[in-house]
Amino acid sequence: MRNPLSDKAVSLEPSGIRKFFDIVSEMPDAISLGVGEPDFDTPWHVREEGIYSLEKGRTFYTSNAGLKELKQEIVRYLKRRCLVEYDADHEVMVTVGGSEAIDLALRAMINPGDEVLIPTPCYVSYYPCAVLADATPVTIELKEENEFRLTAEELRAAITPKTKILILPFPNNPTGAIMERKDLEAIAEVVIEKDLLVITDEIYSELTYSGDHVTIASLPGMWERTVLINGFSKAYAMTGWRLGYVAAPRMILEQMLKIHQYAIMCAPTTSQYAAVEAMRNGDKDVAMMRESYDQRRRFVLATLAEMGLPCFEPKGAFYVFPNIQKFGMSSEEFAETLLREEKVAVVPGSAFGACGEGFLRISYAYSLSALKEALGRVARFVKRLEEKNA
Amino acid sequence: MEIRKNILAAIEKNSRLDVKDLAAMLGADEVSLVNEIAAMEAEGIICGYHTLINWDKVTDEKVTALIEVKVAPQRGMGFDSIAERIFNYDEVHATYLVSGDFDFMVILEGKTMKDVAQFVSAKLSPLDSVLSTATHFVLKKYKDHGTIFEKKNTDERMLVTP
Repeated sequence: MRNPLSDKAVSLEPSGIRKFFDIVSEMPDAISLGVGEPDFDTPWHVREEGIYSLEKGRTFYTSNAGLKELKQEIVRYLKRRCLVEYDADHEVMVTVGGSEAIDLALRAMINPGDEVLIPTPCYVSYYPCAVLADATPVTIELKEENEFRLTAEELRAAITPKTKILILPFPNNPTGAIMERKDLEAIAEVVIEKDLLVITDEIYSELTYSGDHVTIASLPGMWERTVLINGFSKAYAMTGWRLGYVAAPRMILEQMLKIHQYAIMCAPTTSQYAAVEAMRNGDKDVAMMRESYDQRRRFVLATLAEMGLPCFEPKGAFYVFPNIQKFGMSSEEFAETLLREEKVAVVPGSAFGACGEGFLRISYAYSLSALKEALGRVARFVKRLEEKNA
Repeated sequence: MEIRKNILAAIEKNSRLDVKDLAAMLGADEVSLVNEIAAMEAEGIICGYHTLINWDKVTDEKVTALIEVKVAPQRGMGFDSIAERIFNYDEVHATYLVSGDFDFMVILEGKTMKDVAQFVSAKLSPLDSVLSTATHFVLKKYKDHGTIFEKKNTDERMLVTP
């Protein structure tokens, strides 16, 4: 039989997370700090709206770009929360999660050989999506001493004549890093000077703990060269609804919409109706969840400090990214031993790019009691390692 | 004050939070946290630390009764003094003055049917100001103090996700 496979698909590395997931799945009694989604249920009034839309028989396709009502809510939201203005009819589209939007943006903007800059450690899908879009992905290794923010110097050093797009994944999974206005201004200056485009993945934008999130699209001269991706998964605890959105200049959005229309048709209708409710009446839910994450963030940081696991203070998302280099083990080795000996699952930093080596991603999207139990085990493990190394 | 609001929001849900954990969560130091809580106790803002019990799981005999009470306030004796006569009975779990068709909602909790009957017929009804009562027995408690009693507590998320 002939080779049924595409060389490009085969060339993609399986996700490092997947590998770890397989190990954890063998241990049903393990407790996990490895989850990349909220622990809250979707707020009841949002779920109810989804149920109601089903009861009313709203079970048909929506228009390709999404429900008009939802697009209008998205536009209002972006204006209210991010201070950027878009036209609901031509500059906004509802997607199947932020993930689809990442894929579409790259496919709509890349020509073969264009270089895409990907700051790492980062979410696992940018690199493979860039490869699938025939781009040449170029990673930028962010540094702990900069709190894993992207600096203008790092950006400048990575740019070549082929560079077309910068992916900006902040607040960041897995590091919890954020970019503040001054950080973004420095980046914008280089982006404009070098005539680059930016895909900014702001799925964690509601989860920042030192002031409101700033989008790069709101900076002077950046709107026209920015594709802004966001969604409902993290802000409203709606991961399973698979709903995201993208806002971009019409010229770019039209091409994205074309691909979306052929590949996806439209985002799930039930989810879209629920999302309208989330945006209209969900601000207090978001505030409540943000406060809750913030409390747990502080608790986790205090607990890590107490056990002697160094960690910079992340100001976004729901992850901490402690440094384990002093133990002389690789991230994977550390995580696997921790899992075997204490039955706690954390994700090795190396799953998010080579420069995540020497770090762990610990999610605090768990109840306080679960965090206490799990971190108690981590502390025991760390103590044993230190005694052994002493 | 912001710190008070945050303390109250946290301990309203869980009064057994360790002071050390609470301090870490709120980014406050332990000493000022302890002082603030003591001050709120002294000021009568924090009025107690009770336990939410699902009595249905303990015994079949204990019931909760909600008693609507209509009263005739008398000269020189407003609602407050009538309320006092009612809430001073040890059996009474809660007493509220309410708007609507009746005046007081009196709640008895964790009593037997006989206790409730005894209380209403021998103590509450004979009070001079009480015009009438209507007793409702709670058949099932679904949620109390913001806590759903039979909530699934399993984490259905996959153990590791990106």
